[in-house]
Amino acid sequence: MGTQRYLLGKVVQLVITLFFVLTFTFFLFHYFMPGDPVRTFLKAAGAKYTPAQAEQLKHEFGLDQPIFPNQYVRFLKETATLHMGASTIIYPDSSVTSIFWSRVGKSLILITTSTIASIVIGVAMGIYGGWRRGGWVDNSSMSSSLVLYAMPEFVLGMILLLIFSRWLGWFPAGGYDGAPVTQYTGFAHFADVANHMALPWLTLMLAYLGEFYLLMRSSLLDVLGEEYITLARAKGVREKYVLRRHAVRNALLPTVTLIALSFGFILGGVITVEIVFSYPGVGLLSYQALRARDFPVLQATFLFAAVAVLIANLIADLTYAYLDPRVRSA
Amino acid sequence: MKTETEPLAPATTEAPVVLPKRLSPRSIRWARRRKAFVRFWNQFRRNKMGMFGLAILVFFFAMAIVSIFSDKGRLDPTITTNGPVLANPSWAYPFGTNLQGISVLSLVVEGSRISLFVGLTASLISMVVGSTIGIWAGYRSGISDVVLMRLTDVFLVLPWLALAIVLAAVFGQNMWVIIFIIGLTSWAGTSRLVRAQVLSVKERTYIERSRALGGSDWHVVTRHVLPNVMPVIFANTILTIAIAILSESALSFLGLGDPLRPSWGTTIEEAFNNGALTLGKWAWLLAPSLCIVLVVLAFTMVGFAMDEIVNPRIRER
Repeated sequence: MGTQRYLLGKVVQLVITLFFVLTFTFFLFHYFMPGDPVRTFLKAAGAKYTPAQAEQLKHEFGLDQPIFPNQYVRFLKETATLHMGASTIIYPDSSVTSIFWSRVGKSLILITTSTIASIVIGVAMGIYGGWRRGGWVDNSSMSSSLVLYAMPEFVLGMILLLIFSRWLGWFPAGGYDGAPVTQYTGFAHFADVANHMALPWLTLMLAYLGEFYLLMRSSLLDVLGEEYITLARAKGVREKYVLRRHAVRNALLPTVTLIALSFGFILGGVITVEIVFSYPGVGLLSYQALRARDFPVLQATFLFAAVAVLIANLIADLTYAYLDPRVRSA
Repeated sequence: MKTETEPLAPATTEAPVVLPKRLSPRSIRWARRRKAFVRFWNQFRRNKMGMFGLAILVFFFAMAIVSIFSDKGRLDPTITTNGPVLANPSWAYPFGTNLQGISVLSLVVEGSRISLFVGLTASLISMVVGSTIGIWAGYRSGISDVVLMRLTDVFLVLPWLALAIVLAAVFGQNMWVIIFIIGLTSWAGTSRLVRAQVLSVKERTYIERSRALGGSDWHVVTRHVLPNVMPVIFANTILTIAIAILSESALSFLGLGDPLRPSWGTTIEEAFNNGALTLGKWAWLLAPSLCIVLVVLAFTMVGFAMDEIVNPRIRER
């Protein structure tokens, strides 16, 4: 019962946020956007047109209708049915949705695997560092975590690119696979993709490792100062179990919340890392759209980023509900 | 390190507060503030990490001050006789030169002022917005609390760089646009923190006493609540500056920086897009990158050290 109410609250929050994002996007792209969308569209298509035809098109786009509520409702309907319009500049006239499909998978696999690895390793190291506070492992991980935290993702990416691609030549400098130069199939293709993905993956994994380490470590230190830990020790519970059953379980809760809050930043980092490694994902697409001022694509990448972060947050909330018995019993 | 930090230290550490004959409320207040500062400084001084960060910051602020008085002509890309193009590091050009023959060292010195200015101003906006919303929500509670916290939650989860990209694309490339974008996307964490602090301060008896004596909401908030949450706001703002500088560098790396005011991120973007990696001009990339890392690291270390002193949750241990 408690879990249901908790989750209902979270879903309500998600809907509010989504609605806010959609409204914000609508007004930004339909009200403040510089330039005339009809003219941009026709220019991109390279078509000759008469003013009457432009008017006709304006009517088809619904741009002669009042902004609110007609255009707004139309925007909501089209977005909900994934009709995001057509790209105007980078891929003239092809639909934004189709451009997306070729890119979403590549980005998602990169982000999810690297973030999960980063969380697991960072949290595990944080537990060890907090438990053996002041030990050599803690001291060295603490200083490297601070440096990793202070380093922009793209700088880290360039350093890794310089070392592992340029000097050592272990990995290719960028891209998703060797195509069109090499055409692999089956396992060879998989290995090729993995080879290309290694450096951006490593960059993203390392970039957030420091942050997760610091979060888990400080959270564990908070818990270790609590009286119930002293009680557990006084009862003669073995140190291993004090850590595993009393400290870590409680320390994970604030960490889950804080990790969820960093998803927005991670997505920002993905954009810059995809640029450094010219990895053809959604991040690079948003950069290309930004450079070319291709507003329909830009709008879609923003909405995609927002929805991705919201879903990631919902997953974090589910994890929280699973970890915290108070949510279940409340 | 000692000499660098001296100007910040008060003349004597104990500073016996000499009270003037007629005690005005103002002089009492200032005496109390001075004492609190001395106490804070004495605690901060013992924190090695914090002092190390402070030393780095003194260095970079000195650099920023130097850049105000430096010769701007050397940064003019329209002058063709600047120096050798894409030179390797040498005595004359410690970090080499860029595509226009401008010394990378000059670019980095100039960038220090812009990066620090953007970072500080954006955090100031974030601090003011975040504290106002946090105090309002915490003090008022009820419906304004619910509405403001829902709004905070929205801003807390938004993917900030994607948001900043669309804002910058629509509103143009200008330093002030960037400052406002960073400020307006980074206040949510502060407002959460401040609200939690206000909720605990609000219940203390002296607040009730002040209200019983007829203190208005404005009086209670500015005279009793704000001074109590101020140290926490301050420590948090220092950490926000670090994030704001990182954010600025990311925006500049995407080419959204102000073309007339080259920050460290702008220099990195220029180097990256002109093939500094393939040409092996590593110093061109290294110099601005190192500056960003050092400054962000320094602000983070100072922020952590301050947090350790002012955060009641940590202090109690």
